[in-house]
Amino acid sequence: MPLELVLIAICCVSASALPGLCMARSSVWGQRIAVAVMVGAAILGLAGAWSGFSLGKTPTLGLIWPAVGNSMVGLDALSAFFLFPIFIVGGLGSIYGLGYWPQRQYPGNGRKLCLFWGLLVAGMALLVISRHAMAFLLGWEVMALSAYFLISTQDYRQECRRSGWTYLIATHVSTLTLFAMFSLWRWATGSFSLQPVAGQAMSREVMNSLFFLSLIGFGLKAGMMPLHFWLPGAHANAPSHVSAMLSGVMLKMGIYGLVRFLSLLPDPPAVWGELILALGAVSGLLGIAFAIGQHDLKRLLAYSSIENIGIMLMGLGLAMLGRSAGRPEWVVLGMAGCLLHVWNHSLFKSLLFLSAGSVVHGGHTRQIDHLGGLTRRMPWTSGMFLLGVVAICGLPPLNGFVSELLVYLGLLRSGTTGGAGGSAVVLAIPVLAMIGTLALACFVNVYSAVFLGLPRTHAAEDAHESPLTMRGPMVVLAAGCATIGLAPVLVGPILDRAIANWWSDTSSVPPSLGSLAPLGAVGAVAVSLVALILALTVGLTLRNRRARRVGTWDCGYAHPTHHMQYTASSFAQMIVAMFHWALRPRMHRPRIEGPFPQPSRMHSHVDDAVLDRLLLPASRCVQRWFDWFHRFQQGLTQHYVLYILITVILMLSTLIPFNEFIARLFAR
Amino acid sequence: MTNLLNAILVIVLVLNLFALGTSRILAVIRTVAFQGALLGLIPLLAHEHLTIPAVLAAMAAMAIKGIAIPAIMIRALREAQIKREVEPLIGLLPSIILGALATAFALLVSDQLPLAGPRDGSLLVPTSLATVLVGFILLITRFKALSQVVGYLVLDNGIFIFGMLLIEAMPLVVEMGVLLDLFVGIFVICIIVNHINRAFSSMDTRRLVSLKE
Repeated sequence: MPLELVLIAICCVSASALPGLCMARSSVWGQRIAVAVMVGAAILGLAGAWSGFSLGKTPTLGLIWPAVGNSMVGLDALSAFFLFPIFIVGGLGSIYGLGYWPQRQYPGNGRKLCLFWGLLVAGMALLVISRHAMAFLLGWEVMALSAYFLISTQDYRQECRRSGWTYLIATHVSTLTLFAMFSLWRWATGSFSLQPVAGQAMSREVMNSLFFLSLIGFGLKAGMMPLHFWLPGAHANAPSHVSAMLSGVMLKMGIYGLVRFLSLLPDPPAVWGELILALGAVSGLLGIAFAIGQHDLKRLLAYSSIENIGIMLMGLGLAMLGRSAGRPEWVVLGMAGCLLHVWNHSLFKSLLFLSAGSVVHGGHTRQIDHLGGLTRRMPWTSGMFLLGVVAICGLPPLNGFVSELLVYLGLLRSGTTGGAGGSAVVLAIPVLAMIGTLALACFVNVYSAVFLGLPRTHAAEDAHESPLTMRGPMVVLAAGCATIGLAPVLVGPILDRAIANWWSDTSSVPPSLGSLAPLGAVGAVAVSLVALILALTVGLTLRNRRARRVGTWDCGYAHPTHHMQYTASSFAQMIVAMFHWALRPRMHRPRIEGPFPQPSRMHSHVDDAVLDRLLLPASRCVQRWFDWFHRFQQGLTQHYVLYILITVILMLSTLIPFNEFIARLFAR
Repeated sequence: MTNLLNAILVIVLVLNLFALGTSRILAVIRTVAFQGALLGLIPLLAHEHLTIPAVLAAMAAMAIKGIAIPAIMIRALREAQIKREVEPLIGLLPSIILGALATAFALLVSDQLPLAGPRDGSLLVPTSLATVLVGFILLITRFKALSQVVGYLVLDNGIFIFGMLLIEAMPLVVEMGVLLDLFVGIFVICIIVNHINRAFSSMDTRRLVSLKE
């Protein structure tokens, strides 16, 4: 029954925009119907996922698809776990779209956005419940292609098309890698169905190839560090609720693929776990370092997604290490950290992107250094963004703290019980701590530049608060963050189920998360912290009731201007300089000469390490080589016929027995 | 029978060279029309037993290649008001030499072709190869749109001769379909020729390069 609920939800979701397509372009009802269907289907899907949790493993259902030997779908705790973010963000995002991307204001592309939004949600839900390579790939492609159309919603803008193409190339590479992986899987196991295989079923080389193919294929989608190049542009140029969906949910499909597929492979060698852990550490550290160097609010959030993917990968790496070392407690803590961070990130990153969308909606720019002082003008957005910032920095009392704590606990435990290999793993702890610190610096920078201080432009001065349809989803997401942060005990049993599902070893039962991590204590600390903050706030408000209200930065200057405050770039300057070796910021300094220099400006920007420094120069080089072939394509039909003739003659010439002729010639 | 067939095929080969060596477009069209009509006779001679499909194919080929297509082309020629191929890519004499080389090559290769049927000493295969090659040479070295149509016709004649090997195996429908395609193709090209002439005020296909991106 739960599976049928989810399937009905998928059907409804994918068809949600069809009524709108039949209506006039100017009609607002198409979008309203789509949102209503979307929300209803999301609730159905959530109900299905929840009952899937409580029932445990449900029987799989055959999809009749004779060409590939009947595909299968099924619902287990791991699938249900990933269905939650899909349907939550899917439903909330479509409500948000009512205010952010109304059909009346965007008649040209509003219906397209609705259609592909539904398809994206449906594709992701299908891939999560598939138990067969073909259904998986079907969902994967539907997801990948509809995401492309969503990213290039504003296809009249050049940068939008550009990032759309970059994304399309990346996603095709990823899909091709997955084709190769599933073909190899079929060859090695004899079937396309995704069932765990026995220990000695495959040789070491096949297992390693499968692992690396899955790491590349899923890593590209997840935005793992060297393969992240499509991510910042795509997230920055999509409409904000689409960015929330891409960053909050679609990246997790890469993580899901990796988690699911690794659970199928028996006896992982320790190298795999170490590799994933190292990649996670690199993604986390460089992701947040690049985030600090950005000037574009949504690009910054996109880089910070890479950082969070890094944290999830660190958890996954630890769990893999635990599996190869036979240490159930590492598996449980690592996996719990990874999975909980998936939920958390989908909550707070969606919240941040939706708030950023609200900022863009009110202030009409994404440039951090053009905003400022928005707290007075957009109090709701400001508050929500603050909550998201606290959560993403991993500060108590919100949810980011809980998942990062689980990863910390796992890493510490591996250090104390793991022997020589474990002490190497301990090195990941300072990296994780550094990631957290840098994230804090990054988001303090963003928050203070965007919401505090004085407005830097007229657009920021005229900013207005967003409508209720945009604020509502943000409040729901923030409530989700607070719930997990204040009562982590609630998610303990859910995580236990999902981990038990991932546990490939059927002979033993994994220890419960509650016995390994002090979830109750964390909750108690969080609640008392909130109580303390509330008490302080109330006390301060009461004491300062009489305080006079003055302008920001009004401390004795005759003419304070907005130029007299730190910009985001100047705040970040020190950290950017520290990571100079990786970021390679480009500065355009003016030449200041003479006693009365002309007014001038300086600016700096940080290019993406992989896309701008590696891939674009490489592709330009290849393009130059291929230019050489242009001389064969002159547009003259005669030339093309000549090529055909030459080919025909060459092929016929192979029939002539030249050897015989020569032999005869010399014989004479 | 084979002697008569080979005699016709030799005439076809000579007509190939003639088509390569003439500068007047009208003469070339007439040559190719004659070649096409001559080819119509082959189905009657290539096989011992006369069957109704063979006779039908022969009549259709003669009617279309010998009468209908030349008529359309001559009409297009009159409307476009051109008389001769002004500047072929290579001179007329070199074209003839190339054609002769192609014929020699075809004779050399055709013995080596791994064909299914028994070799009966007829010139069907080498003639067809030579005609195809000459068609290619015409297509490559001529720039006027109508001359290119002629090259295309010669190419098709070569394929038609090759098809004679299979006339018993190939259904009549296929043969008729090929002829219809050819007819429609030429018909459309002749209309386009006029449009090219009007749009570019020339029939030189090299001007079409400007359409390239």
